[in-house]
Amino acid sequence: MNANVKKVDYAVRGPIVQRAVQIEKELKEGVKKPFEEVIKANIGDAHAMGQRPITFFRQVMALCTYPELLDDNKFPEDTKNRARRILQSCGGNSIGAYTTSQGIDCVRHDVANYIQRRDGGIPSDPDNIYLTTGASDGIVTILKLLTAGEGRTRTGVMISIPQYPLYSASIAELGAVQVSYYLNEEKCWSLDISELQRALQAAREHCNPRVLCIINPGNPTGQVQSRQCIEDVIRFAAKENLFLMADEVYQDNVYAEGCKFHSFKKVLFEMGPEYSSKVELASFHSTSKCYMGECGFRGGYMEVINMDADVKAQLTKLVSVRLCPPAPGQALMDLVVNSPQPGEPSYQTFMKERTAVLSALAEKAKLTEEILNTVPGISCNPVQGAMYSFPRITLPERAINEAKAKGQAPDMFYCMKLLEETGICLVPGSGFGQREGTYHFRMTILPPTDKLKIMLNKLKEFHQKFTQQYS
Amino acid sequence: MSFLKEIRPLGERRNYSELLDLSSGDPHRGGIKPITFVRQVLAACFCPALLEDDSLPLDVKQRAKSLLRECDGGSVGSYTESSGIAKIKHCVSQFITRRDGGVPSSPDNIFIMSGSKTALMIILKLLIRSEDSCRTGVLIPVPTYASITMILEEEGAAIIPYHLCEEQGWTLQLEELHRVLQAARKTCNPVAFYICNPGNPTGHLQSRESIEEVIRFAAEERLFLLADEVYQSCVYGDNAEFYSYKKVLSEMGSNISSTVELASFNSASKGFMGECGFRGGYVELVNLDPAVMKYARTLFSTRSCPPVAGQIALDLMADPPKPGDPSFPTFSEEVQSIKNTIRKNTGRIQEVFAELPGISCQPLKAGFFVFPSLHFPPKAIKWAEKRQMEPDMLYCLHLLEETGLHVKPGCEYGQRKDSHHIRLFVGTQENIMEDALQRLKTFHTRFMKEFS
Repeated sequence: MNANVKKVDYAVRGPIVQRAVQIEKELKEGVKKPFEEVIKANIGDAHAMGQRPITFFRQVMALCTYPELLDDNKFPEDTKNRARRILQSCGGNSIGAYTTSQGIDCVRHDVANYIQRRDGGIPSDPDNIYLTTGASDGIVTILKLLTAGEGRTRTGVMISIPQYPLYSASIAELGAVQVSYYLNEEKCWSLDISELQRALQAAREHCNPRVLCIINPGNPTGQVQSRQCIEDVIRFAAKENLFLMADEVYQDNVYAEGCKFHSFKKVLFEMGPEYSSKVELASFHSTSKCYMGECGFRGGYMEVINMDADVKAQLTKLVSVRLCPPAPGQALMDLVVNSPQPGEPSYQTFMKERTAVLSALAEKAKLTEEILNTVPGISCNPVQGAMYSFPRITLPERAINEAKAKGQAPDMFYCMKLLEETGICLVPGSGFGQREGTYHFRMTILPPTDKLKIMLNKLKEFHQKFTQQYS
Repeated sequence: MSFLKEIRPLGERRNYSELLDLSSGDPHRGGIKPITFVRQVLAACFCPALLEDDSLPLDVKQRAKSLLRECDGGSVGSYTESSGIAKIKHCVSQFITRRDGGVPSSPDNIFIMSGSKTALMIILKLLIRSEDSCRTGVLIPVPTYASITMILEEEGAAIIPYHLCEEQGWTLQLEELHRVLQAARKTCNPVAFYICNPGNPTGHLQSRESIEEVIRFAAEERLFLLADEVYQSCVYGDNAEFYSYKKVLSEMGSNISSTVELASFNSASKGFMGECGFRGGYVELVNLDPAVMKYARTLFSTRSCPPVAGQIALDLMADPPKPGDPSFPTFSEEVQSIKNTIRKNTGRIQEVFAELPGISCQPLKAGFFVFPSLHFPPKAIKWAEKRQMEPDMLYCLHLLEETGLHVKPGCEYGQRKDSHHIRLFVGTQENIMEDALQRLKTFHTRFMKEFS
């Protein structure tokens, strides 16, 4: 068997989730527990937590799937126009046909237009757009493309600590070298260039660092990088000849005052041709997050900038192997980048629904930070964006020792106990990476506000009990 | 119109008004209509407001409701388990058991993926030790479709080709398998044997005896069997029957049936549904070592879940409308119509080829493609040599240029030296097939005359 497989680990769906699923079964079978339901605050799945899909999107998807509905007058005209446009671009006018590997033409054009509008007019070429099966597919594909060499020349991939474990798992599976750079918890998880420098220097001793990954807004940390920071990262990448991978799937999820999403592409081009004609960049987006929450559709895209023509040819070949991304996901991506405009029949409802989702998330982000910071032993940075809080927890010495005796990471030990006693399922910080001797957990802000309040208060109670029990 | 001229530059007037694309196995692109029941259920799942509608049949609504109940938050937009929704895997396992006349199948051994190729790639990852100085070898048939070669190369495997015997209808020959395996053992470590049945591009359907031979071979040589069975429901030849590797394996004495490791693949992209764009595929794993299964599960779990729409398509494939269901009459009519179309198409293909010199075909029994042999005159071979291209590639390029018909050349699939083929897709509307055959006939006749 392939030895690399043994190293692969993915905490978000790891042992704690498996136990949560087991407990859910037990509850269904009538086993008595100190709680009535498992609250799955471990995964960034908005619909699972009760968020409603956007009406417009689902109407167009139904029309694309069963075009007989185009005669049904219950569907507004703008939904029908979108559906017809998408179907015309599909083989046999069917969403069941294979599409080209790079993705449906008209969708890539619409994505390019969206990017151009978003970035204040900076042009985007549909040829540089690849539709993907969720952003994860694009991220893994680029990592595969860039991983080469052996031993000391093996590709090093720089990724933040903490990070979304797709990166560490993919790096392990590909046999690339993970080069960790620490985000600064004291400064709201910001990125210090000096830390990037340190990590790079050290890595050059044993591998060939070629890639720099950055998640903005951040997962699990929720930080939204300042424009200055993004410029500094671009300058660093230019100087050190690093390929920038910008994971921007949470680009609409920005809540904190004074914070704004700056796309890497926009900043890159505003820094002038010295950078914009040289720095290699791939930026990723998805239908799974923001206000859509359509994880199950597996829609996504990546835009590649300044990629060497030969490498791009290899990329095109790589994506052709898996034939094509799911057509429904491609269609949905089209709707995200080509949403109802003022004057169109669906506009009002669409804006109402979109605003409701984003403002609820902003409210829950604040609520989470506030409540968690009232707990002695828990310290939570402001949730500036994305969908998670990543608070730091202080664990008593005895608990740490008991965990280690069990061969468990202390925060895993804590989270398991939390699950068994309250039904709340979180992911321990050890699954994302953290500074040695510190412990965290990642909790989503997705449950409905009432449930979130209850959950946070239960957590508060549990933490105090736990601290006392092990003091 | 002499072929000795160069290909005409773009923009020049052509003899045809539209391209006919018979190059890929995509029924909807070929004009075949999607199955109504499938599309109605999917539409209702995407937009549950439709469940209030009177326009949808009761069984459609019931199925959509029962599928939505399995989705977190009642939405197809939620993530599911990485290996697929439990109820759908259960449904697939029951489909497999029914298909195999009662041979048990467990949902725990079933992994749903975004298309069967994704599943194949993960199994290969498990098997291929690319860091070993001695490369992992995988036996693959010649001819075989191009992606399997690309996937193996990507995973760093050594490819061990075994030739199918065209003269005998593209059958497997045991002596050939032994020969290539022996030779391969000198340079790599063969661990797996890949077969596509029914075959792509050949359309060959393995007899039961042939399947037993392969299984015995795998048992003796300790090879992991990769059985790509995505075309299992496309069997149209008279007296032709599909035998699943799992069923045959289960009937072969306990020291084989409980030891040979098997992965079998199926998909919603082929068959009567042809829902290629939905990306629904699965693999069933049989007799895997529990320790290896554990790693398989880990690998599958690092992938985000397969697209929910594709999972739903698999559910509908595995559990279609039954007699008595409101949708059954329409459903069964539509399926029958597709089967008739393919039967008619293959019949016409054989008729047309019978009239043409220099083109011959093995008996057509199953699958989505025909892979006729082209017998080029020596002048044509020389012409291709001059242009440093494979003759069948050049033939296809000119066919496309001159008539707008797009088919694939045999060189993309592998073939014996000095043999040439083209691959045609048979899952198109009858009038499209007729049009394609006329274009091919016109071109081929002229071609053979010009190079005689």
